[in-house]
Amino acid sequence: MFAHIPALIVVIPLIGAPSCMLLRYRGWSWAVALIGSWLSFLLSWLLLQQVMTQGVVTYELGGWVAPLGIEYRIDAANAFVLLIVSAIGSVIMPFARESVRSEFGTSRVYLFYTAYMLCFCGLLGVTITGDTFNLFVFLEISSISSYVLIAMGKDRRALVAAYQYLVIGTIGATFIVIGIGLLYSVTGTLNMVDLAVRIAQQPPSRTLGAAFGFLVVGISLKLALFPLHLWLPNAYTYAPSMVSAFLAATATKVAAYVLLRFLFSIFKIDKIMGIVPIDTVLLVLAVIAMFAGSTVAVFQNNLKRMLAYSSIAQIGYIVLGVSLVNATGLTASIVHLFNHALMKGGMFLALGCIAYRISSVHLDDFAGIGRRMPWTTAAFVMGGLGLIGVPLTAGFISKWYLVLGALERGWWPIGLLILMSSLIAVIYIWRVAEVAYFKPAPEGAEAIEEAPATMLVPTWILIGASLYFGIDTELTIGVAQRAAAVLIGGAG
Amino acid sequence: MVVGLYNYWIVAFLMMAGFYIVVAHGNFIKKLVGLNIFQGSVFILYITFGKVSGGTAPIVESGYTVYSNPLPHVLILTAIVVGVATFAVGLALVVRINEAYGSIEEDDVHLQDEES
Repeated sequence: MFAHIPALIVVIPLIGAPSCMLLRYRGWSWAVALIGSWLSFLLSWLLLQQVMTQGVVTYELGGWVAPLGIEYRIDAANAFVLLIVSAIGSVIMPFARESVRSEFGTSRVYLFYTAYMLCFCGLLGVTITGDTFNLFVFLEISSISSYVLIAMGKDRRALVAAYQYLVIGTIGATFIVIGIGLLYSVTGTLNMVDLAVRIAQQPPSRTLGAAFGFLVVGISLKLALFPLHLWLPNAYTYAPSMVSAFLAATATKVAAYVLLRFLFSIFKIDKIMGIVPIDTVLLVLAVIAMFAGSTVAVFQNNLKRMLAYSSIAQIGYIVLGVSLVNATGLTASIVHLFNHALMKGGMFLALGCIAYRISSVHLDDFAGIGRRMPWTTAAFVMGGLGLIGVPLTAGFISKWYLVLGALERGWWPIGLLILMSSLIAVIYIWRVAEVAYFKPAPEGAEAIEEAPATMLVPTWILIGASLYFGIDTELTIGVAQRAAAVLIGGAG
Repeated sequence: MVVGLYNYWIVAFLMMAGFYIVVAHGNFIKKLVGLNIFQGSVFILYITFGKVSGGTAPIVESGYTVYSNPLPHVLILTAIVVGVATFAVGLALVVRINEAYGSIEEDDVHLQDEES
């Protein structure tokens, strides 16, 4: 049983998807999705423990030995991302029941859970696999199901958003497949460890360079790195609340992990930097993303869209850590994957709670909401403080390590830029807090209650965790440092 | 050089043609067709570099010693399935867009969104 944990993490949601479909009754399919997510979370937790004590865990699917067979290879980096994805899935599922019922009624809800389980399975598969083509297949499983999930939004604009994401996402995935194909044509292997060894033996060639370019652009499209982020704001704005929270907290995180894996484990980044200044390219894009994302967020009245733009800025921070190419910067990136997943997931859930009661996520309708739904609004503001990076929140920890990494690299102006862009976050969070707490509710507004406990508790679990991990960083920083060491040290 | 590698030239042409259609056309169906051409070019790319000159299909048979590499061909079967699935979801979305907006032209749809 324990030897098969790596396979089970992916297989359980994969079996869960058709089970949801066959059961049809919405309560049952919800229960299947819930249990599937929780089991995956439990197994990811066990796997992380195993990786932390024993080092790398490998699993040969079907008993075929790597590099010929497909191998699952779990080190500290992907064990941590697996934990992030499955933890978010497990917390969001209890929330989903009420939220999904209020947003698209009772018909065909089982299909929603089927698509969710497939997306969940794909994201876990991308993270766990040690085979590049397998990574592409799982990436497409998660992408295609996420197009479906986004299209289920109430607003008809969700359809156009999903369509745009489909076109851009497919171009991104095709770029990745071209890159993988070119790598295969030069090295004759698809296994990540094997690729790393064989690429190191190759002299730099145009084919390798083209493969690298296709992969970086393709992954950046999935990651929504500025200027390839255009699909993201609409997709997050019009998707159902639960889907926005889930995708914002997991999909871009997994893409960031894939970028790390390709840059550090497969291509050795210091070798590439001799040929293409990839660190400078990423640095510039990351800094623009930080400022552009935050600045645009300030002017949004639709709060889901505001959070979406804020996500683009936060992706900037993650990529900034990568571009520093030192252990501290990488630690910051990896820990921010976790912290941002908690904060942004929690904030989208808080918006979901508010949308559940007032059917709107527009700032104008938020007047006095702080008194009408105190717990939900408090969760939103606490999450916002984390985005700003106020001390004692998880966001502070990420930014602290990010600034340390920049100083270590000798780039102190970058440290200043990080602080300045955080100040822009103060503005957009303050706008919401001001309207929510200091503007009186409009005359004759209906009395509304706090969101139901099944929605409020998951929201506060994520927000509470983001506060907890702002104080006790032993787990997050410990694992992230280990992951950074593995990535920088090579195949590990 | 040019003639010997003609497959790769076809790949590059199809890839750019498909990509151009995706960017330049405002019709949602035409965009999907462009996307399919774009993906199709990658299929040809994989199949081409799996081919070994003078090689036959990889079936053990006396008299043949050189075989083409079957792995890229098998990989691309998977990619074709993925492409079909994407196309199906894309078309389903277009049907829903047509129901919701009464149009599948990008400009029309954006115009209606701005008005509402």
